[in-house]
Amino acid sequence: MATPGRLTREEVAHVAALARLELTEEELDLYTGQLAQVLEHAADVASLDLAGVIPTAHALAVTNVLRPDEIRPVLDRDEVLSQAPSVEDHRFRVPRILGDAP
Amino acid sequence: MTSPTPAADLAHTVRSGARAALEVLEEHLATIGAGEPSIHAFNRVTADEGRLQARAVDRTVAEGGDPGPLAGVPVALKDNLCTRGVPTTCSSRILEGWCPPYDATVVSRLARAGAVMVGKTNMDEFAMGSSTEASAFGPTRNPHDTGRVPGGSSGGSAAAVAAGFAPVALGSDTGGSIRQPAALCGVVGMKPTYGTVSRYGLVAFASSLDQIGPLTTSVADAALVFDVIGGHDPADSTSLHRPTPRVLSVLDDGVAGLTVGVLTELLDGAAPDVAARVHQAAEACAGAGARVTEVSVPEVSLGLSAYYLIAPGEASSNLARYDGVRYGLRVDAEDVVAMNTATRSAGFGAEVKRRIMLGTYVLSAGYMDAYYNQALRVRTRIIEGFDAAYRQCDVLLGPTTPTTAFPLGEKTGDPLTMYLSDVCTIPSNLAGHPAISVPFGSGDDGLPVGVQLLGPALSESTLFKVAAVVEAAAPEVSPPTVAGGVRS
Repeated sequence: MATPGRLTREEVAHVAALARLELTEEELDLYTGQLAQVLEHAADVASLDLAGVIPTAHALAVTNVLRPDEIRPVLDRDEVLSQAPSVEDHRFRVPRILGDAP
Repeated sequence: MTSPTPAADLAHTVRSGARAALEVLEEHLATIGAGEPSIHAFNRVTADEGRLQARAVDRTVAEGGDPGPLAGVPVALKDNLCTRGVPTTCSSRILEGWCPPYDATVVSRLARAGAVMVGKTNMDEFAMGSSTEASAFGPTRNPHDTGRVPGGSSGGSAAAVAAGFAPVALGSDTGGSIRQPAALCGVVGMKPTYGTVSRYGLVAFASSLDQIGPLTTSVADAALVFDVIGGHDPADSTSLHRPTPRVLSVLDDGVAGLTVGVLTELLDGAAPDVAARVHQAAEACAGAGARVTEVSVPEVSLGLSAYYLIAPGEASSNLARYDGVRYGLRVDAEDVVAMNTATRSAGFGAEVKRRIMLGTYVLSAGYMDAYYNQALRVRTRIIEGFDAAYRQCDVLLGPTTPTTAFPLGEKTGDPLTMYLSDVCTIPSNLAGHPAISVPFGSGDDGLPVGVQLLGPALSESTLFKVAAVVEAAAPEVSPPTVAGGVRS
C-alpha cells in the first residue's frame, strides 16, 4: 500500500479546525513536525501488504448487547445539571447555534 | 523473597476486629501527610470520604458482620475513575472541579468489599503519556528517586503504592499505563483480559484498549483485588459474559508442567541490565519446574506503530464530548462553534491536542485506509502471532520496560521517544490479553526493574501462578527513601 506523503502545515491546520482546536502559529509549526515524525514511524505499518487480512476493531469477539426496554432509575436530573457550565429551565444552555443574532 | 501482603494482612486484622479501619486509615493519612509533598501522587486526598467508609466498616465489624475481603484496606484511585460527588479530573483543566453523578463499577465493588478510599491519583492528562509529566497539575515523582519519573500514565497510583500511601491502587492500562509505572516504581501492576473488569465509569481514552487493573506491593494482593473488581457488569456492553478467572485460590499451585516462553522481540530492545533480570526470572521459572524456551513473535515489532494510529483515532472520537456544554470547563464565545473551540483549546494540554489531531488525521477521508484500517489489520496479525506462540507456551516472559525510570524532563520535548517507552506493553492491549508486571530486583542504577508475564485471553489463573513463582525468586530492592516511605 502506498504511504501518504509527508504531513503538511496546511493539513495540520485543517485537522485542528475539524477537532475544534485553535492553534497559534508556533503550535502549528511544532505539531506539524512532531506529528509528521510519528506518522513516519508508522510508515512500517502503512507500507505493509496486508490485502485480504481482516481488520480487528475489537480484540475479543463480542456481539451486539441488548437489554429489555424497561423503565429503570436513571441519573438524578438536578445532580447532572449541577455540573453544567450554564443551565436554563432544567436544560443545558449554549450560545447561539444558527445564523446571525436576531 | 516473600513479599509482604499488606492488603490481605490489613483486611484480616480489620475483619477479625483486632484493628479498627479508622485507625488504619489515619496511619496511612499520616504517611501521606509526611511523604506527599515530595511525591505529589495525588490530585486529591479524600480523607473525609475515607473516614466515612472506615467508620462504616468498623460499625459492620462491631455488629458482628463481615465488611468484605478488603475490609479497611486503603485504596488510591486513578483520577479517571468516576467517584460520585468527588472531583474526577483526569488531570485535565477541562474537567477541573467536575463531580461525577455516579460511581464507576470498580469503585462501588471496592467499597462493597470494605475498601476505604484515600485519594484520587495524578496521571498523564486523559491517560495519554508514559511519565505523568503530562498532568495539568504538575508531575508525580518516583519514590525511589525523586529526580526521576514514576512512569505513566498511572504514575500517581504506582508512586502511592511504592511510597506506602496505600497498599492498593487502581490504574487504567491502554498501552501499558498500569504495568509501565508499576515496573518503574517497583510494585506489581496487572492488566486484565479486555472485558473482565467493567469500564463503566472509567473516563474513556481508547475504548477497545482501555482496561482497569490493580497496583499492589505483592502478587497475592493483586490477585485479591482482581477477584473483587472482576466479573460481568451489564452497565458495560463490552463486559464479557464468560466466567472471570478466580486467581487468589490458585496462587500457590506452582509452575510444574507449564511452558514459559522468553519473548525475544521484547528482549531485543531492552537495556542489558534489564535483559539480565529477565533471564534471571526465566531461570527461576525453570528452577521451579517450568519448561523454559525462547519464542519469537515478529508481529509484535509492529505494535507501537499500530497503537499510535489506533489509540489516537479512538481518543479523537472519545474526547469530542468535551465541548463545554454538559460538564467541565466552558470558555464563553459568540456562537457555539467558537465556544467549543475556545473551551477545548484552553482546556486540553499539549499531548492531548497532539493525539486528538493525530487521531482526527488518521480517521479522515483519504488517510483512513492507509493508516487506521491498516493498523487494524496489523492488530489481526499480532493476535495471530500471539496465538501461534501460545500453541507452544502457556505464558510469555519479557521486560515490562526497556529501561529503568528515566529523569524528569528527559523525554518531554520528543513525543516519539516518549511513546517508545511503551513498546513492551502495547502488544497485550492490541490483543486484548492479560499481562502482569512483577518487580524483579534493580538495574545497574539501583532503580527497580519489572519483568512482564503475558498470557492469552482469560489466562489470569496461569499468569498469577507464574507471577507468584517469579516474585518469590525476585532479588531485594532497597525500599524508597522518601519521608514517610515506609510500608506498613
